[in-house]
Amino acid sequence: MLEIIDLKVKAGQETILKGISLKIPKGETHILLGPNGSGKTTLLKVIMGMGSFQITGRILFDGEDITDLPLDERARRGIGIAMQKSPVVPEVTLGGLLEMIQEKHGNGKLEERIEALNCHYLLKRGVNENFSGGEMKRSEMLQLIAQNPKFVLVDEPESGVDLDNIVVIGEALKSLLKPPREIDKSRSALVITHTGRIMEYLNADKGYVLVGGQIVCSGNPWDLFEEVNKHGFEGCLTCGRCSHEGV
Amino acid sequence: MKEYNMILKEKAKKALHKKAAYGSDLELSASVSDQKEQPLESLDNLDKRIKEVSLLSGMITDETKRSGSFYQKGDSVIYEKVQEAYSGKVEIMKIEDALQKHSWLQEYWWQMVPVDMDKYTAQVELLGRGGYFIRILPGAKVDKPIQSCLLLDESGSSQRVHNIIVAEEGSQAQIITGCTVSPDIKNGFHLGVSEFYIKKGAELTFTMVHNWAEDFHVRPRTGILVEEDGSFINNYLLLQPVRSIQSYPRAVLAGKRSKVRFNTIVYGQGQSELDLGSLIELKGSGTTGDSISRALGTEQSNIIMRGRLKAYNNKARAHLECRGMLLSTEAVMDAIPELSVVGAPEADLTHEAAVGPVDEEAVEYLMSRGLKQDEAVSAILQGFMHTGIKGLPEILEETLSKIFSNMSEKVI
Ligand SMILES: Nc1ncnc2c1ncn2[C@@H]1O[C@H](COP(=O)(O)OP(=O)(O)O)[C@@H](O)[C@H]1O
Ligand SMILES: [Mg+2]
Repeated sequence: MLEIIDLKVKAGQETILKGISLKIPKGETHILLGPNGSGKTTLLKVIMGMGSFQITGRILFDGEDITDLPLDERARRGIGIAMQKSPVVPEVTLGGLLEMIQEKHGNGKLEERIEALNCHYLLKRGVNENFSGGEMKRSEMLQLIAQNPKFVLVDEPESGVDLDNIVVIGEALKSLLKPPREIDKSRSALVITHTGRIMEYLNADKGYVLVGGQIVCSGNPWDLFEEVNKHGFEGCLTCGRCSHEGV
Repeated sequence: MKEYNMILKEKAKKALHKKAAYGSDLELSASVSDQKEQPLESLDNLDKRIKEVSLLSGMITDETKRSGSFYQKGDSVIYEKVQEAYSGKVEIMKIEDALQKHSWLQEYWWQMVPVDMDKYTAQVELLGRGGYFIRILPGAKVDKPIQSCLLLDESGSSQRVHNIIVAEEGSQAQIITGCTVSPDIKNGFHLGVSEFYIKKGAELTFTMVHNWAEDFHVRPRTGILVEEDGSFINNYLLLQPVRSIQSYPRAVLAGKRSKVRFNTIVYGQGQSELDLGSLIELKGSGTTGDSISRALGTEQSNIIMRGRLKAYNNKARAHLECRGMLLSTEAVMDAIPELSVVGAPEADLTHEAAVGPVDEEAVEYLMSRGLKQDEAVSAILQGFMHTGIKGLPEILEETLSKIFSNMSEKVI
């Protein structure tokens, strides 16, 4: 589904990603761990086509090279993102945006999802305008669901969110990624998590640890998370148990 | 009365060369067209092209949705009608007829706008023809809008009108008024004096849509008096090119708890020079004022958004907000908010002004949801212009979203 080959990313003079390669097959959910500033958000943005970075390497989606494809084209190909921190768009109401997304992607009725994500009262407000952390993440999930993407990028869905909201967001993510039989099962995802809390809701297949713009470790996501909890991210640099060659 | 008229004419003559406080100074021709237009039997008989431009400024020909209509073409009033269900609630007529009919109207004539304010008011007094008198009778609740249209076409390229609007005690109404030109007219000028009297407890929403042409100069002169518990909402929309327009309506909140709100939505394009603002004078106790403007500057347009709040009463509150977006390196935009408090240390006046570009991050965000770049920009621009309007009659929404969508097609 998604394949990244030797991706190097610079912003101005600064190199942020130093040769990332990974492969996320159809239907799999992969987890990305890493300390602050290691380049996780940048990786997601670059996959989505956001921001202005200098990029070398290749990004393949469903076999097509999308490295130079404009952002909106990627969205229409089926890539969707829930950002760590999305901008405030006071001019466009959440309801209005959902309508536009529906028009583009036509993912049936949203009523139930709006209910489940407790977003009714936000529909008339400008997108993210005075939204709390939880409201922002819930609105991101709702937009993603409306967009009905084949491939989902999720950046720290649990950051700045209280426990009740984590449950709501986790359940929404779960239903999006591992839906009941009747719905399309082939969605894939790359999810960044800082606390690991969201992993309880994901049936994650694989995990990566990103440090200093490089994947230093990969493997079973739960094992990785335990390692990181025990020895910190620094531990990943020295443990040598997993070889990240050819991840 | 004759004497009063003589005095007005004298004052006007002396002011014929008096420059206005704001806006570029115009050399006005003093010629008046003698062409008389035939009255209309029905708005349906309007020429198809004229119907279209009228519609863009909010005038519809289906009068079942209106309580009354007024139509002036050049110097001739060609249609004035109050729907049967509203007779006894609304009066609509040509200003000259109203002055004949109601001798008391003399006391409203040039009361809120000084006749010698500048050369434009002077011309209206000396050469003016037509304009409407609209009166909502005491206690009348008029649920359908009253509409008016002032059109300029080949019959003459200038218009000087004097309008008086009286909302009597406890009345409620909305007026939609359009000023427009026929499609093939390119240059000319429009001078319009409007005086509003909002009586005790009356509520009036006045929505004005301006559709001019590239070489048109427009100088409205507006004064509004609001009495106790009265409320006036003024929506102003300018969405077509014009050569120059300068307008600075003044609202006087004289009565206790009286309210005014100005919503101004301006789209600058071509070489338009737009100098728009409002002055709210808060005199009564418990008075509130809001002045909200949104402006979009494209091409070589030059926009000045002014606004002034002036409080004379301790228990007065008002807010001024000017926001602009500039979409062209050749466009110019000035936001000039002014607050002034006269001997009322507890008055609460605030303002907010911002001029900025379209937020690129926001555009990118919308694009990540699958919107094309032009769709994303247009959604933001439409929203930007729209968030300015509060208290807009619902009935206008449809016409407006049409104007807005035409507009964003042009912006991108
Ligand atoms: N547009 C940019 N210009 C310059 N530096 C950037 C830009 N975006 C991110 N960075 C830098 O790249 C590094 C990685 O950032 P980010 O991807 O947000 O990390 P993470 O999400 O892992 O915390 C940080 O040092 C950040 O300051
Ligand atoms: Mg991040």
